[in-house]
Amino acid sequence: MIPDEWSALRAMTPARIALGRAGSSTPTRARLAFALDHARARGAVNEPFAVADIARELARRSGPAVLSVRSAVRDRDEYLLNPALGGRLDDASRAEVDAAAGHPGTAPDLVVVLGDGLSAGAVNDQGVAVALAVGDAMGERGWAVGPFVIVRNGRVAVGDEIGARLGARFVVVLIGERPGLGATRSLGAYVTLDPRPGRTDAERNCISNIRPGGTSVADGATRIVELLTRARAAGTTGVALNP
Amino acid sequence: MSGFSATLGHRSYEFADLRVLLAKATPLRSGDVLAGIAAGSAEERVAAQLCLADVPLERFLTDMVVPWEDDAVTRLILERHDPVAFASVRALTVGELRDWLLDYDTDAAALSAVAAGLTPEMVAAVSKLMGNQDLILVASKCAVVTAFRSTIGLPGRMAVRLQPNHPTDDLRGVAASIVDGLLYGCGDAVIGVNPVSDSPARCRELLDLLDGLIHEYAIPTQGCVLAHLTTTLRCMDRGAPVDLVFQSIAGTEATNRSFGITLELLAEAHAAARELGRGTVGEQAMYFETGQGSSLSAGAHHGVDQQTLEARAYGVARAFDPLLVNSVVGFIGPEYLATGKQVIRAGLEDHFCGKVLGLPMGCDVCYTNHMDVDQDDMDSLLTLLAVAGCNFVIAVPGADDVMLGYQSLSFHDAQYARQVLGLRPAPEFEDWLTGQGLLGTDGRLVMPPARHALLADPSGRPSSALPPG
Repeated sequence: MIPDEWSALRAMTPARIALGRAGSSTPTRARLAFALDHARARGAVNEPFAVADIARELARRSGPAVLSVRSAVRDRDEYLLNPALGGRLDDASRAEVDAAAGHPGTAPDLVVVLGDGLSAGAVNDQGVAVALAVGDAMGERGWAVGPFVIVRNGRVAVGDEIGARLGARFVVVLIGERPGLGATRSLGAYVTLDPRPGRTDAERNCISNIRPGGTSVADGATRIVELLTRARAAGTTGVALNP
Repeated sequence: MSGFSATLGHRSYEFADLRVLLAKATPLRSGDVLAGIAAGSAEERVAAQLCLADVPLERFLTDMVVPWEDDAVTRLILERHDPVAFASVRALTVGELRDWLLDYDTDAAALSAVAAGLTPEMVAAVSKLMGNQDLILVASKCAVVTAFRSTIGLPGRMAVRLQPNHPTDDLRGVAASIVDGLLYGCGDAVIGVNPVSDSPARCRELLDLLDGLIHEYAIPTQGCVLAHLTTTLRCMDRGAPVDLVFQSIAGTEATNRSFGITLELLAEAHAAARELGRGTVGEQAMYFETGQGSSLSAGAHHGVDQQTLEARAYGVARAFDPLLVNSVVGFIGPEYLATGKQVIRAGLEDHFCGKVLGLPMGCDVCYTNHMDVDQDDMDSLLTLLAVAGCNFVIAVPGADDVMLGYQSLSFHDAQYARQVLGLRPAPEFEDWLTGQGLLGTDGRLVMPPARHALLADPSGRPSSALPPG
């Protein structure tokens, strides 16, 4: 193996530069480091979603009710191959969410949804902390905070159906992002005003990359709270809200 | 128009029209299953292929998969169809076209002469009757050569797009990856950055960086910032040093509209790019990317299978005389191409269809982490494409794109393909590499000394190529 002469450049970028060479091929150490990162990323996609632990922790520390539901997806393979199904609830979950909806006039200002997305580990690690921080902060600002809803095999769009059924003014969906090699457990937060099925990504705002080494849990929660506050004042989310 | 039917033993299969027949004849992939248009069984697929083999090519000129009154891409395809070029194959069926393409006597000149007479739908159709080796063999006979500051697509050569992306568009970070790629012999197709931000001001900074490096080190290549076409046009208005104009394109008018473009806008950009005249050995200045599944993703597929729509995207590309075209084959996700087998097949189809239609095809050999694909699949597709004569591939440091969050090829991978098949860089770039002492006459990479111009810097920076920070 021959090291490259320009290893000082590594400080400039997280890219895998100056790896060295064996002939012109990737040296053993770099090849195995890549393989490890890929194995972890693949593992993150299929990591079990700790629904019971998350529900227990949320219930223990929070006022609002906690619901555990599932999307219309039957298994993980179907989740990956049919994104639309992950964006809506199955029949039993619909009934459960409808039963949790309050009387007219008591509709919540905010519902927080936690979905496994493409990295359950991101939600297992950080979902509760972000959800509670956002719920507490908005409660302190006088918002009526509705139930926390945990969705197995959920996509971002599932928050639209849940928010609509609960009559929520805003929905925040906390969801595991597609793992990259360097960031396998990254949480995204999608904020949507007047959620209802059929909303597009252009009608949401996103805070992404909430993970150790990226945006911290505290900073992520603060930015979500700021976004909600700004969106309520402006009466919109999505591209119209971007500075 | 009447439909199609095939009787196999006791079972008979019906296909309502050409659009349905093409979809059912397509080798299995998840996107067509998701769209609900794939064959229901392997037998039905072969039944459709048997029917398709007997369809006369002329039928593709009257039986459009997307009606011409609904779609500007269909109208473009029909308007640009060349009956003179078509004459030599007009009497053939799809199955006979496959045999003709494979014939010993069908050489580069014959393929080039017929290209304008073939529509994207004809080429997509014949690809559905072909195995991977057929796709490789026919593509390897095509010669499509383009030029700007380097000449790309010559026999025995394979160029590389150096993709130096950075998660925050940091100029020093981008420059560091460019230095790494150049020292690994990559960058002869283009040095092409995907910007995080589409703001004209940030794109201008990246354009200035690329232009500065290319001129300071006299590198015979072109730079490109892969912003939206309208952003690039705005940068050009303000006098930014634009070499190539980039745009993602697709095979239906509605998909292109979802990308924020029309054929008129592409024509305007093409004219503006040519006016700049910044090329030295050629003046082809457009760069397009495509990918199977984009129309389904945009809800604009008209019930047409994703591979036929991909070929129609090439029908768009060839109206604007591009320097470079590549599909980003495994980027879009498992709902369109789920496995290594599907990605490899799609990569070979895209390269074949583009080449037969007369395009300078490359490929971004790539995948995401939620697909059932790994580096071994990338090694396989790279090798197959290199054998097929692919004009260029895309490479990023260590195969890991830290901005877009997916895996492409590494600079090392590109060198592997050149080494194992004896392929050389674009000639102007090869001379530059040799002159810089980075490439030996035996085609081997040479480790540059620490005092090499791209590395040493009197001010103590780790590379003279880095902008001051």
